[in-house]
This record gives sequence, C-alpha cells and structure tokens, in this order.
Amino acid sequence: MSDDWPLFEVFIRARSGLEHKHVGSLHAADVRMAIEHARDVYTRRQEGVSIWVVRSSEIVASDPEEAEALFEPARDKVYRHPTFYTIPDEVKNL
Amino acid sequence: MYTQALDSPAPEARPGSSGGQAALERRFEERIERDEKIEPKDWMPDAYRQTLIRQISQHAHSEIVGMLPEGNWITRAPSLRRKAVLIAKVQDEGGHGMYLYSAAETLGIARAELLEQLLDGRAKYSSIFNYPTLTWADVGAIGWLVDGAAIMNQIPICRCSYGPYARAMVRICKEESFHQRQGFEIMLALARGTGEQRAMAQDALNRWWWPSIMMFGPSDATSTHTAQSMRWRIKRFTNDELRQKFIDVTVPQAEFLGLKIPDPALRRDEISQHYLTGPIDWSEFKAVLQGNGPCNHERLQARRTAHEAGRWVREAAAAYAAKHGGRGAQPRSAAHIASPRAEAPCHE
Ligand SMILES: [Fe+2]
Ligand SMILES: [Fe+2]
Repeated sequence: MSDDWPLFEVFIRARSGLEHKHVGSLHAADVRMAIEHARDVYTRRQEGVSIWVVRSSEIVASDPEEAEALFEPARDKVYRHPTFYTIPDEVKNL
Repeated sequence: MYTQALDSPAPEARPGSSGGQAALERRFEERIERDEKIEPKDWMPDAYRQTLIRQISQHAHSEIVGMLPEGNWITRAPSLRRKAVLIAKVQDEGGHGMYLYSAAETLGIARAELLEQLLDGRAKYSSIFNYPTLTWADVGAIGWLVDGAAIMNQIPICRCSYGPYARAMVRICKEESFHQRQGFEIMLALARGTGEQRAMAQDALNRWWWPSIMMFGPSDATSTHTAQSMRWRIKRFTNDELRQKFIDVTVPQAEFLGLKIPDPALRRDEISQHYLTGPIDWSEFKAVLQGNGPCNHERLQARRTAHEAGRWVREAAAAYAAKHGGRGAQPRSAAHIASPRAEAPCHE
C-alpha cells in the first residue's frame, strides 16, 4: 500500500463576517487538492464561503499536561471581569 | 479533528510527567465520570484507545461499503429528482466515511492502514450492506429502515466521551435525517401506487426488516463489549434498548404505509407499551458477519477494484504535487479535479 498523502486541517468561514473555524481534517496530495476535497467533504450544504487548509504537521499545539501552568494563573484574576465591581444602582450607563 | 501529526510527543512518552499508571488511570476515570470530553493528546488507557479505533473504523468502513448497494441504483432511478437525491445521499455516506476515518486517525492509526484492513478483509463493517438491492423499492427500504436504524444508533454517540468521534457524529446526524425521509417518501409513493408497486414495497420490507433490527448488534445477554463501552461513555444505551426504540417508532410507520411487518409474532404489549417481536435468527447475522452473506464477496471486490482503478490517479497526483512543491496549480474558474474515489460496477 502506498503512503498516505499528507494530512491537512480544514478551517471554514461559515458566513462573511465570521471567523474561520476548525471543522476537521483530510488527506490530499497538495494544497490545491486539499481545498477541492474540503469543498466536497465539508461544504455540501453551503456551510462555508471561504476555506483555509494547513498541513497538520505545521500546527504547534499546547500540551494538555501543561494546561494548569498555562491557564490556572488566570483563574484568580476575577477583577478582569466587569461583574467584579460594585456600582450603586442609581448610576446609569456604566 | 486534531491528529497525531501534531508535533508534540504524546504525554505518556514523556518520563515523569505524572505519578504512575494508576494515577493516570484514576484521573481518566474521574474525567469520564464528570462527562468531560477526552481529546486526542490527552492520556487514555490503551484499551480505550483500541476500542475506539475498532468501533470508529468499523463505522467508517460501513459508510464506505454502504455506498455500494444504493450506488447500484443511481443510473436506474425512476426520475431525475430521485436520481439527484440518491446521488446526494450516496455522496453524504462517502463524506461520513471521511469524517470517521479522520476521527480514527486522531487515535494514532494511519489512513492507509485502515484502508488496508478493509481491502484485505480483516476489518468488519455493518452486515446489512451484504444484502442485495434487487428492486427500486430496496432504495426506499434502505433509507427508511437502514438509515433509520443508523440514526437511532448514532444520536447517542453525539455525546460519546471521545471528542473527535462525538463531533463527527454531530455532523453525520445532521445529514442523516434527509436520508431517512427520502427513503420513506419512496416507500410512500410505492405504497400509494399500483398493486404491483405496493407488492414491490412489501417485498422490500420483507427482506430488509430482520437485517435492519439486527443492525443494533447481538442481544445484551451475548454482547461482549457493551458493559465496558457504557462505563467509558462511548455507548449510552445497550443494543436491546436501541433496537426496542427503533421497533417502537417504526411499526406505526409501516402501518401508515399499509405494509405488514414480516413477523407473525409481533404484538403490542399494553403493560410495557412496547412492540414485542418474535425471536431473532442470530445464526443468519453471524453467517453474514463471518463473510457468508449474499454479497460479502461482491462488496469487497468492488472496493478493491475501485482502489486499484484509482491507483494511477493517486500516483499522478503525488507526482504532480512533488513537482510543484505541494502547492498545486492555481484554481481555474469552474475547475473540477477528478476524484480519486473511482466507482466500480455492481451486478445486482
Ligand atoms: Fe451515513
Ligand atoms: Fe445515511
């Protein structure tokens, strides 16, 4: 059996004004074919107006084992949210 | 779906990342308990990984082989509308196969390996696709019953503990609903047609009913995987529970069509409010699963032929990509590239 074509991650913009969102992955010989396949596999029902493909091997991801070190420090900084502050009811437009 | 091609090592490969196997297992069980999703790079027990690879790949193979019985009728659909619908449905099934192969690959198995398992006959796929489609009514019966049963099976998997599988299933379930409705519509047109058309619809129901209810797998008493899969929240209901749900919704639909379910023992139990069927002939199910169904050989042969016939396309595409540094040509207007998934003839 021949080797697999490289793997691509597919991102789709559902409507103009929205961001591209990861929808899945597929194999293709090159970027052009990756776009064509993404069209066939992920947009059969007008799910998108724009497609990005990127080789999966090009994506660098954070390590789940480091999730605490990365995200925990933000947990006790509730003062970054507007609800942290008490403002009298009479004050409007704030 | 995120895949193993991502460039950081799997956590278990790193020494001293987290105190021992037992602790990892306990943390995994707790996450499952909290209904958290497990993602590809998270630590998971090997048995969980292997169970998922087996289940997701069998599911993917079923979608791919499932294109054959219906694809067989595309050129003979009775109208342009029916033909357009059938092409769209069969194309969806191909898409489902692609979503599921991607999901399986996130667990560390290569696409080429999955295909090889299917083509050399090692892999299993749903035994329902080893039955022939003899008349146009079979296309109706497949949409109504086979896709109906598949939906019943797949909806709970949208909440499966493994993220990529659950996400693929959400997408699939959204697309399945039209499959079942178009099938029922075909049955309805036949049921309201001439005597001959009604007989055709009844004949299709006669042949597809029992294989459809066997699609839910062996009864709970003999199912080997159910208990562990339910603990891992890969499965949410047992085979018998899903089968009963399917029977309960389908019997009234058959009544609406004026067709008779081919089971003389079928009756509604007033106390449980369920339809109870006669005994299921599991020896037939096992025979088909072991390769002795009416079309097992033909289905695999069709896939092998398609794979071989598409070889030159794959090779040409790879050579072209190598020559252009993986960039491909700039898109032309209204350009259509030939799909490497070549169709093979099926003689039914
Ligand atoms: Fe499907
Ligand atoms: Fe379907």
